[in-house]
Amino acid sequence: MSFFSWAWDWITTSANWHGNGTGLDGSIPQQLLAHLGYSALPLLIAAAIAVPLGVFTGHTGRGAALIASLANVWRAIPTLGLLVLLVVLLGFSPLTWLLPLVALAIPPILVNTHEGVAGVDRDVRDAAKGAGMTAWQQVLHVEVPIALPLILVGLRTGAVFVVATATIAAYIGLGGLGRFIIDGLARNEYGPVAGGALLVVILAVLVLALFALISRLVVPAGLRKQERSE
Amino acid sequence: MMWSWISSNEGMIWQETYETAYLGVVSALIGLVISLPLGIVAARWRWVRPPVLTIVNVIYAIPALALFIALIPSLGLTDTNVIVALTAYSLCVITPNVAAGIRAVPPAVRQAATAMGYGPLRRLVTVELPLAIPVIIAGLRVAVVSGISLTSLGQLIGVSSLGFLFIDGLQRSFPTEIWVGLVLVIVLALVCDLVLIGIRRALTPWASRA
Repeated sequence: MSFFSWAWDWITTSANWHGNGTGLDGSIPQQLLAHLGYSALPLLIAAAIAVPLGVFTGHTGRGAALIASLANVWRAIPTLGLLVLLVVLLGFSPLTWLLPLVALAIPPILVNTHEGVAGVDRDVRDAAKGAGMTAWQQVLHVEVPIALPLILVGLRTGAVFVVATATIAAYIGLGGLGRFIIDGLARNEYGPVAGGALLVVILAVLVLALFALISRLVVPAGLRKQERSE
Repeated sequence: MMWSWISSNEGMIWQETYETAYLGVVSALIGLVISLPLGIVAARWRWVRPPVLTIVNVIYAIPALALFIALIPSLGLTDTNVIVALTAYSLCVITPNVAAGIRAVPPAVRQAATAMGYGPLRRLVTVELPLAIPVIIAGLRVAVVSGISLTSLGQLIGVSSLGFLFIDGLQRSFPTEIWVGLVLVIVLALVCDLVLIGIRRALTPWASRA
């Protein structure tokens, strides 16, 4: 049988949608909701830290070199290793999974926000200043809107990353769709493993679609026209 | 930290480090070989670009663990499984860069090559691709670094790498082992990154040293 038929059979088995019918921890809707929560919370915290910080560094040009190297080192960090280390050192607690998820979601958001704001055309900045805008107005009404496409790319990368890492965090005991995968692997049952994996993929693709929709709604029309003609 | 554990397990640590480097580097290189024609096609024909970029974005969003699992029925719990999955990711980061690098060649340079009698193929190989090297290598760097770090996830489906130190370290509640794995993965990735920077400098002597 192929991956899809395994996954499809498991997902469409109605017992898996109710109570403890999966024979594993929780039903599909329960773990799906849990996964959404475990992904949304760190993403929101990371965004609340990284977006203002990136706007600040991009506007002032401070710390550019540091941010460039952060972008590089970030990809080298093995998430499984970090999660496992924290569990062994601190035991399983919200700190153990929330802290690394937040910390690892910050770099893509920070780097893209910084690049977006720092990349605003010199002439555009001068024009905003010449029109009598205060520093705050320049940032909020000119630089951030122009940087918005890149800020959204950063948030999208962070969101996709958090969905994937929350899956891996099941290995250290976190709930969510990763439970089906990790528990299924431990029991040598491919059904829940495939089903859980397919649900995670669907979730990740939905996140992409959501961000495509958001950028259609919030990116200023003038910027979109520019992108298309480019 | 129990330093003595490192010396008494040196053989195993080197073996897993080699395995990690092998899986990460091989998949990035296969990705490069496939990305070159794909990127060239995407650079040449305008209508190819949007679908290629969309497909690439979607594949890149698939969590690695899920991709390993999806490949189990056809490839089993093998090195090949991990290499195929990581190759897919490296395609996603290198192909757009190949296309962008070729497209960024200034029109004047292209016209000069044509004026000197270069045909399209010769111009591509001797002018456009060399000028695109910095952008292509930037993509390759991302592929190698993230590939090496993702390799450790292969351990969850039993494909051996430095990820073994994470899983074994957790089961034995032994921080030293996990620290060693963590540091080696990061160091290995950054060393490969530096090697690629060196290769780029050697290949593009005309570029600034910045």
